[in-house]
Amino acid sequence: MILLWGSNARETHPIFFHHVLKGIRNGAKLYVIDPRRTSSAQWADVWLGLDVGSDISLANAMARETIHAGLANERFIQHATSGFEAYRGCVEKYTLERAERETGVPAEMIRQTAHAYAKAKRAQICWTLGITEHHNAVDNVLALVNLALLTGHVGRYGSGVNPLRGQNNVQGGGDMGAIPDRLPGFQHVENAELRAKFERAYGTKLDPKRGLHLSGMFEAMEHGELTTLYVLGENPIDSEADRHRAVKLMSGLEFLVVQDIFYTKTAELAHVILPGSAGWCETEGTVTSSERRVQRVRAAVPLPGGVRDDMEIIYELAKRFGHDWGKPEAETIWNEVRSLSPMHAGMSYKRLEELGGIQWPCYDESHPGEMYLHSRLWREPLIGPRAPFSVVEFEPPVDELNEEYPIRLTTGRQLDSYNTGEQSRRFPSPLRRAAALDLSPEDGKRYKVCEGEQVRVSSRRGSVLAPVRFDPGLRPGLAFLAVHFHDEIATNDLTIDAVDPKSGTSEFKATAIRIEKCVES
Amino acid sequence: MSEQLQAPSPLIPIPRAPAPEIPPGASRREIEVSIDGKQVKAPEGATILDASRKLGIETPTLCFLETLTPVNVCRGCVVELEGSRALVPACSRKVEAGMVIHTDSERVRLSRRVVLEFLASSVDVSTAPQLQAYLKRYGARAEKFGPRAATVAQPPKIDNELYVRDYAKCILCYKCVEACGVDAQNTFAIGVAGRGFHAHIATEFEIPLTDSACVYCGNCIGACPTGALVGKIEYDMRKAGTWDESRQARTETICPYCGVGCELTVHSQNGQIVKVSSPLDHSVTQGNLCIKGRFGWQFMQPNK
Amino acid sequence: MDLHLTAEKASLEEQAAIDAALKKQESEGDGASPAVATDGHAASNGLPPRSKRHLLLPVLHAIQERMGWISPGALNYASLQLGLPPAEAHGVLSFYEMFSRKPQPRVVAHVCDDIACMTHGAGSLCAELERKLGHSGSPCLDGKAIWQRTSCLGLCERAPAALITAAGETPRERVIAPAQEESISSAVAEAVGGKLTEQIDVLDPKVSAPQAGQPQLRLLRRVGQADPASLEHYRRSGGYHALNKAFEWGPERVIREVIDSKLLGRGGAAFPAGKKWEAVHVQRDSNRPHYVVCNADESEPGTFKDRILMEGDPFAILEGMTIAAFAVGAKKGYIYIRGEYPFAAKQLEKAIRTACAQNLLGKNISGREFSFDIEIRRGAGAYICGEETALFNSIEGYRGEPRNKPPFPAQSGLFHQPTVVNNVETLVNVPEIILNGGAAYARIGTANSAGYRLFCVSGHVARPGIYEVSFGPTIRNVIEIAGGVGGTGRLQAVLLGGAAGSFVSPKELDTPLTFEGTRAIGATLGSGVVMLFDDSVDLKQILLRIAAFFRSETCGQCVPCRVGTTRQEELLQRLVQRKPLGSNEQESALLKEMAQAMRDASICGLGQTASGAILSAMDRWSLFS
Repeated sequence: MILLWGSNARETHPIFFHHVLKGIRNGAKLYVIDPRRTSSAQWADVWLGLDVGSDISLANAMARETIHAGLANERFIQHATSGFEAYRGCVEKYTLERAERETGVPAEMIRQTAHAYAKAKRAQICWTLGITEHHNAVDNVLALVNLALLTGHVGRYGSGVNPLRGQNNVQGGGDMGAIPDRLPGFQHVENAELRAKFERAYGTKLDPKRGLHLSGMFEAMEHGELTTLYVLGENPIDSEADRHRAVKLMSGLEFLVVQDIFYTKTAELAHVILPGSAGWCETEGTVTSSERRVQRVRAAVPLPGGVRDDMEIIYELAKRFGHDWGKPEAETIWNEVRSLSPMHAGMSYKRLEELGGIQWPCYDESHPGEMYLHSRLWREPLIGPRAPFSVVEFEPPVDELNEEYPIRLTTGRQLDSYNTGEQSRRFPSPLRRAAALDLSPEDGKRYKVCEGEQVRVSSRRGSVLAPVRFDPGLRPGLAFLAVHFHDEIATNDLTIDAVDPKSGTSEFKATAIRIEKCVES
Repeated sequence: MSEQLQAPSPLIPIPRAPAPEIPPGASRREIEVSIDGKQVKAPEGATILDASRKLGIETPTLCFLETLTPVNVCRGCVVELEGSRALVPACSRKVEAGMVIHTDSERVRLSRRVVLEFLASSVDVSTAPQLQAYLKRYGARAEKFGPRAATVAQPPKIDNELYVRDYAKCILCYKCVEACGVDAQNTFAIGVAGRGFHAHIATEFEIPLTDSACVYCGNCIGACPTGALVGKIEYDMRKAGTWDESRQARTETICPYCGVGCELTVHSQNGQIVKVSSPLDHSVTQGNLCIKGRFGWQFMQPNK
Repeated sequence: MDLHLTAEKASLEEQAAIDAALKKQESEGDGASPAVATDGHAASNGLPPRSKRHLLLPVLHAIQERMGWISPGALNYASLQLGLPPAEAHGVLSFYEMFSRKPQPRVVAHVCDDIACMTHGAGSLCAELERKLGHSGSPCLDGKAIWQRTSCLGLCERAPAALITAAGETPRERVIAPAQEESISSAVAEAVGGKLTEQIDVLDPKVSAPQAGQPQLRLLRRVGQADPASLEHYRRSGGYHALNKAFEWGPERVIREVIDSKLLGRGGAAFPAGKKWEAVHVQRDSNRPHYVVCNADESEPGTFKDRILMEGDPFAILEGMTIAAFAVGAKKGYIYIRGEYPFAAKQLEKAIRTACAQNLLGKNISGREFSFDIEIRRGAGAYICGEETALFNSIEGYRGEPRNKPPFPAQSGLFHQPTVVNNVETLVNVPEIILNGGAAYARIGTANSAGYRLFCVSGHVARPGIYEVSFGPTIRNVIEIAGGVGGTGRLQAVLLGGAAGSFVSPKELDTPLTFEGTRAIGATLGSGVVMLFDDSVDLKQILLRIAAFFRSETCGQCVPCRVGTTRQEELLQRLVQRKPLGSNEQESALLKEMAQAMRDASICGLGQTASGAILSAMDRWSLFS
């Protein structure tokens, strides 16, 4: 059984979805939980079209039903988890009826889904930004993790929880320590012993305090605590929620350096632009995919004139700061990573090439890598700490619906496009349609607008003009905007920067809007 | 409570545990068959083609692809199986104990030659090097059916900016339909239509691709053995005479888009990317890509 | 699944036709439950593998019969209702001769110009129609009708034959045989005026089964004697005694008796029927559903025996199938009838309804722990669907392309489940075997050809029709039973087994018409065709027509058959036009080489036999020297 939760993988992870389809052909059941009846949902045995942001209510009600029906995996809970009693107490409030009220999904469908998941021989929960682009993103994830712990669908072949990563190396960035509190290999910067290992290797003292995540940096800019920024391959002006604020803060920086392969909106604000390289085809190195598979990228074409390898730019900067690192090859750097990060230790370039990538952890050169994580939870006796249940409560989206802003706007990707569109708008996709606000045909009637008609879309933060398109996969009261076409429709003029305090992610998925017909002037 | 029974702390790394178990595939009995006088063992469920390859025997295949369900329609791989009235397709016939097989008998060579002559006399095979090699190997003479032999000649279909369908080169191997359908993409934009000599690959009512269900994953291109399906850039370069595979490099790398980690083969000529494909033998892609992976690299071209 | 449809919408009339067809199927218990949506907040729907694809053929028939063609909008609506991608549905639609993808007049006259009808003036009939109505395939009568040439309609005993179809809210069909230009034109005019009357009782036993009423007949004993619509008549003449006896015996004994009877399949392949049953029976504990399929896609040119059985004794087929189902543990059966047999289909439908009402089909038949339903599927103009695995694909809603064998139907047949597939005539033999015992049946006929056999005698013969014999008589005997050679009275050639069979010369008339007898002279019994050609016939034209038949009927799946049948026709054209490439001998060698590759490398019997008749004629007569 596959529970695809807040993900339209058919369009956003097409090759992953090929594997899902193979499962379906082999008899796996697909349940899709998504406010929109997406192309993924059209493949599902069951689609639960919950209201945006009501995921925790749904998950907790499934948990309550599982417990009441005697379907919880008590052996596993006792053996490998902690905090079950508190969790049980929390979910007890979430009756099917309450969840039906909060999610809109019929109680019977929630019951069926809970039973199907608990009884499945193997079950996975896969999610994407529908879970994580919320002000309570981490709580949403924990609610799903709770379900896996409750039923024992974790740490076993074919079962587990699986966040589908949206970028080819977002996992690798985390692996390499591009997280405020981690060093490469997810080693905590506040652990003195671990930090000392790095200090010895690097020959320098490291700051023992965690850094800032993106939202934190914006806050620091707001407070004047952050005045200089070096942006590599990121385009926050187009990608951050609440663009007005992003432009204001970044324009106010004393010094902004942007290193990119495109002249982005962010680059337009920069004091210095460093033309960077295309990591996937102009440089050597590795990336880590959604399934923790470390894979080699290779230079297929030479760098254009005036452009330097990203690594070289960093060496050169280091030199200007007084540190001559020489010009180490990508493989040398990688071997340094292997010497410091136990989970990468066994991944020589040679093995990565022979095996077509290796899934971490891979502790030594005889280790095969791990196809799935957490099998330790099933070992007798248990290896390592217990897996904790987390008490999480439903909280509606911050941007409330009311009479003034009655429509829930959610955002996402389309098959042929990607993020802010810098890469994807440069090929002539026959699928590409003009940027538009997707509405249910019923809302089209209600607001007396027709397809193609330009309307004014307003949220509490801003307002844009957009043509209307009808999508029968939307129900009344639900609207959708793709995130790729900022030049045509600046979606993030509308979206809210309500940030999840734990992850720093903004609530892109839930904006309250209204639409108005444009009066001819 | 001992340390290991407490909830995990982010400060403390999770200890190393034994590698997880992966259920073993059902162990398969070895079956012995005789091929061209040599005994060879192959696991139950293997095909005659698998067993032949173990012996290093080269079998001509056109409609066969490791990642697709065998349709056994080209009949290039037929072999002689003792006790069978007709020849049997090596690509899909499973080995059975005691089979005695001849892959290069007079009968086999005749059928293979005639099949190749049938194809080459009805289809433009100019961009099908593999098929041309088979023609040579079997001494096939496509011209023997005379100058008025019916062909599938027709103008190429150019209805979008990403790829061209030149069905004058189509040998109807069904691979594109399989790749578009259940074997990979499950989009079903194209099917086999019509019947007999006029059977062909088509969208419903022959509508242009741009009106069809096509999502331009190009997995059909990846499967096409004759160059009937080809990227627009390659098509234009071939037409201009600038396409030169002998000067092209192939580099394996990873797709720059989503996090699935699709293995790409980047084909470059003169320091420019001219095409992207995907290797068949990688567990993630099995030769398949989406529109972004196969065509979304054009941002690397100058002036884009 | 995520279907993508074009903007074309179905008209209300098209929607009504599709809805009605689906409703009919659902009421017959064959539909999947429709998708349920609740307030835009949830939905349960199945997937294409669990879709209603197997209802595609009936739905396409419904559109064609209502509208006269299948429009993009109608196909969209059908695809949506069936959960099937339109490109796939279109691939199926375009496979069948009887479906039109272009707007077409609602009235169509299908006029047979195949070999049996050629001996009875089909050539001049078509020429006359060209003069009166215009070219074959182009609309006439102010665009309200069209006539077109067609391959064998299975009415060879009354050649030349025509079939008129009139699409509309109440679609009508009429067979005209023998046909003249006037009778076709007036029927077409009637149909255009909306007044085409159907001939329900098309079977005139005196014409089609000249032996009718003779006391020795077993397979034909009811034809022309009992009312085919009356279960009462059927029972009074011994019907359903065999089923009761089978119930008493139990499945194992039934299968043993059928094996002992040495009954070989009558469709053409001559495989032991009991062995097929046993191979399915032994899987009864496998938890897989089993099927019994009656192959009534009788399309071999010159064959019409199954049609006469279906029109004249439908309950016998149902009883034979029910016994088979009981023996192998099947709950569901299909009868696949060729699309050009509207009246046989109607007769069987009626018989199924009657049998259901009398609890001879359906749940707990005759109060026993045994349930069995039969559904009729009509083909739509594709000879290849008579190949058993193509037939399965056709029922399942795929293109009628044969599958590679093995696996055989007993292991992986209809819906890839264990399946018994038997020809109509084979099944009609079953009650005889049960009533008299396998051993007694085996004693009838010759050592290697047991039992009774029907022969379809046509062409230049005094009394064309279906003839029953106990195996043993020679070709000459059978011609004599049919009143001797007709036409000029001077026999030139006999075609045995149809287009997929072989020609024999007058010197070979003393060959016994048994499996072993025909095999000895390199011929085959096939489907029981015995077609006579007098000395006025230009055999070269007959060969050309046979070549054209295979060229137009090959499914196109495998290369040797797809291209080979075209190259074979081109080669014969060159010979007939005396424009050989090189010498005639070189052409002959080329033909033999192509024939060998087609025989050796084709997937199914069509390609494997497509050159057989032509080569047999060239071996016997020096036609091109």
